[in-house]
Amino acid sequence: MSATLSRRNALAALSGLAGAPILSMFDAEAAPKAYTLMPQKLTDGVWMVAGVPEAINTANGGAIANISILSTSEGAVIIDTGPSKRYGEQLRVLAQSLTGKDVARVYLTHFHPDHVFGTQAFPAESVAATEGVIKGLTELGEGFSAAMYQAAGDWMRGTEVVLPKHVITSSVEDIGDRRLRLLRMKGHTASDLAIFDEQTGIIFAGDLVFLDRAPTTPHADIGAWKVALANLGGIPHTMIVPGHGPAEDNTRGLDQTRVWLTEIDAIIGQAFERGLDMTEAIALPLPEWTNKIALARYEYERTVMHLYPKLEAAKLPKVGGRG
Amino acid sequence: MKVRLILACTLATLAGAASAAEDPMHSPVWAQLAARHFGTTPYVYDERVVVTVPGIVENQAQVPVTADARAVPGVTKLMVIADLNPIQHVLTLTPGPSAPYISFRFKVEQATPVRAAALAADGVWHVGSRYLDAAGGGCSAPAMARKDADWTETLGAAQGRIWRDGSGLARLRLRVRHPMDTGLAKDGTPAFHIEQVEMKDENGASLGTLELFEPVSEDPTVTMLLRVQPSTPSVSIDSRDNNGGVFRATVPAPWKSSQLANP
Repeated sequence: MSATLSRRNALAALSGLAGAPILSMFDAEAAPKAYTLMPQKLTDGVWMVAGVPEAINTANGGAIANISILSTSEGAVIIDTGPSKRYGEQLRVLAQSLTGKDVARVYLTHFHPDHVFGTQAFPAESVAATEGVIKGLTELGEGFSAAMYQAAGDWMRGTEVVLPKHVITSSVEDIGDRRLRLLRMKGHTASDLAIFDEQTGIIFAGDLVFLDRAPTTPHADIGAWKVALANLGGIPHTMIVPGHGPAEDNTRGLDQTRVWLTEIDAIIGQAFERGLDMTEAIALPLPEWTNKIALARYEYERTVMHLYPKLEAAKLPKVGGRG
Repeated sequence: MKVRLILACTLATLAGAASAAEDPMHSPVWAQLAARHFGTTPYVYDERVVVTVPGIVENQAQVPVTADARAVPGVTKLMVIADLNPIQHVLTLTPGPSAPYISFRFKVEQATPVRAAALAADGVWHVGSRYLDAAGGGCSAPAMARKDADWTETLGAAQGRIWRDGSGLARLRLRVRHPMDTGLAKDGTPAFHIEQVEMKDENGASLGTLELFEPVSEDPTVTMLLRVQPSTPSVSIDSRDNNGGVFRATVPAPWKSSQLANP
């Protein structure tokens, strides 16, 4: 079996051959892909590059998550780095052109690949993350990498997992004239960072908040997630930038994420209690309101596959063992 | 209902060339697999045999599948085959008095057609097919349990529950802790898997047997529909692995209708 040849190695091998005469005819098609990064100004000195409300695919190159850029007197602050080396490189150029300065600090909100695989484009010393994020990337980064190469294809070329060098231990950081509150939470993953900008009152929620796009749950603890949402809701703020979906000056993202988690969790829990197997639970109808939510069916299906094995292990009664 | 009869022997003679177009999955290996598993018994493609797989594979080592041949009369065997897996034969249910239905999870090495073949009263294998899109790697990844030094402590530990549904069948959900090593993992662990499960009533009468093969996921978790008497207080389940390990479980069968509305 060829399991030792990763997709990344395969692509690298192919690009190494690109100069060979037999492949030169493909050069035109192999021209580097470029993302279209369109910064949306949220307020003075704060921009969001919106992710598309889609699953990762070879058309969007994995650019599905929101990325934020803040200007400070010391340099740009970037929140999450996107899905690939190429994205990270474009993001760095964009941040320089918007703020007129180089990047002073990069924060990673959590360890999922659509948020962190652009990290390679930045000096590792400037990239800050919690110990939990670094641990998660250490353990699962290579697996994420294989999955990203599979889902996004050539967009991932040259992308490697790099670990942040700055471990977040404090709850506040001053970058130039901007004071940022670093809120270490959990629920979407075992370590989620939300950032509150004191100057503008904006909460950058990472994937603790989704809006009009169904939440993802591969590493979720739904109970803890709902606690985190309640805690975020208790912070007076002017705007919430979700990990996926539009930034708005209301609590729609907090509310919708909480209601989705509550209702999906209940549907799956009831399916389990009725004795349904996974494929049967997957086929159940979703609440009417989720028709307006991008990827509702897709993420529900994934969530069934994430939660069911845990329910079975925890809740099926013990009935025997070794004879 | 499209039902096309193809004689497996004819197919073998023609080396599959003429018949390849008949396979709704256009699988390159199906003709050989059919000849191997069905021998000279004829088979048809029959949409009444329903294979259900998810639209997305979230975990290549735990892909949920339901094979349901309840719409075909007199099914005596239900076999599940994944054409492009390194080990294609996933499991065979011999339902006895019970329903030709099983839900389970299995490991996939790449995208593949998944088949459920039901040997029916007419002496013909009725084959339902479904294409499963997947990234792969499930067969050659070591079992999760191999990272846990204490995995032998829980080997064979069983969990289960029975629901009675409106049609009088007992819906058994069963989970047995077992690494289900394929023998293909990079760590060189030899094949080690549960190979037989038999369900019996309180008098020892068989309620069906299940043969499992290497592709069935670690900690096999299955759902079956057993035909038990209303008076049956419990179902006993005897499992055996290929190292001679024997595991025994008894699942109470309370006679009360569940909320289950024939899914």
